[in-house]
Amino acid sequence: MLNTIWFIMIFVGILYGALTGNLGEINNIILKEAQEGVSFAISLIGIMGFWLGLMNIAEKSGLIKNIAKGFRPIMKIIFPDIPRNHPAESWILMNFIANMFGVGNGATAFGLKAMKELNTLNTNKKRATNAMAMFLIINMSSLQLVPLTVVKLRHDYGSINPTGTIGITLLATSLSTIIAIIIGKLLEGKD
Amino acid sequence: MLEIISLSIVPFMVLIILVHGYIKGIDLYNTFIEGAMEGFKTAIKIMPYLIAIFIAIGIFRASTALDIFTSLLEPIIGLVGIPKEVLPLVIIRPLSGSGALGVVRDIIANYGPDSYPGVIASIMMGSSETIFYTLSIYFGSIGVKDYKHTLKAALLAYVISIFTTILICNYFYL
Repeated sequence: MLNTIWFIMIFVGILYGALTGNLGEINNIILKEAQEGVSFAISLIGIMGFWLGLMNIAEKSGLIKNIAKGFRPIMKIIFPDIPRNHPAESWILMNFIANMFGVGNGATAFGLKAMKELNTLNTNKKRATNAMAMFLIINMSSLQLVPLTVVKLRHDYGSINPTGTIGITLLATSLSTIIAIIIGKLLEGKD
Repeated sequence: MLEIISLSIVPFMVLIILVHGYIKGIDLYNTFIEGAMEGFKTAIKIMPYLIAIFIAIGIFRASTALDIFTSLLEPIIGLVGIPKEVLPLVIIRPLSGSGALGVVRDIIANYGPDSYPGVIASIMMGSSETIFYTLSIYFGSIGVKDYKHTLKAALLAYVISIFTTILICNYFYL
């Protein structure tokens, strides 16, 4: 499916670009975006190094485990396949918390680490597990409590109440996450 | 107020983690280095996935092919109650975060931040995430090729969440 989406975006893009005489722009974009992929990965090195370095301390000191303990009952329901005290649980939680507070690059660092830990529980390394699927489905349902970029945008364009949408966004986000969990559970198959 | 809180989250986290680690007698410096090394490897590993996605999204956006999808879906979308002004956002949101933010900016600039489309766009932007990018980076980093039901579930959840978002907006704003 990702294969198809990837293909369609490029295929339709180039075809439409050719029809509208936009091919010069597409040439530029290919060069620019390929470069952008590399620079973005390199810029991630710094911030991921920082977060994973810091969290390595929090893991060794037992801080993450203490936080994880409080969430265990909920985690047990959403991720029944993760054994008690497995590090995957802590990293998933760290990812969720970073997402909630809008620490985007921190969330990426913890999320990638969580995937790595989840993969240690995976018997078929080419295939996703239910736990991985559930983790990503929740992640992609948006967890951010206060979307600051939107608030700023609304402010910049002269809204009489820039923060006015926060409450409803919070409600919509919570609902979308609950829906995501339910759908994830419904579509789950055997690992 | 909000900005002060969001500015202080990271420094405070750093402080708490370091103080706690120091009290527990952790070798802070070397433990940090050990973790940072892993960050380095992961970032390099996802580079090819980033290139692939950035190119696809870049071409799609630059060609303005989004317009085709918008005009194709427009007749249907009115029937199910999605305002046509936010349709480009509905399509681009799962594909690209920065692309979606650009569309939200357009909507807010054209219709005003407090208009009906402006409010719906603000809420939609805040209550959904990019799917395409997250999926390929996260699975790419561990070499998983078969995503099982992940994409299907995420897209289905996304579509349902669009409708719930609009229902909630209508309830509070109409």
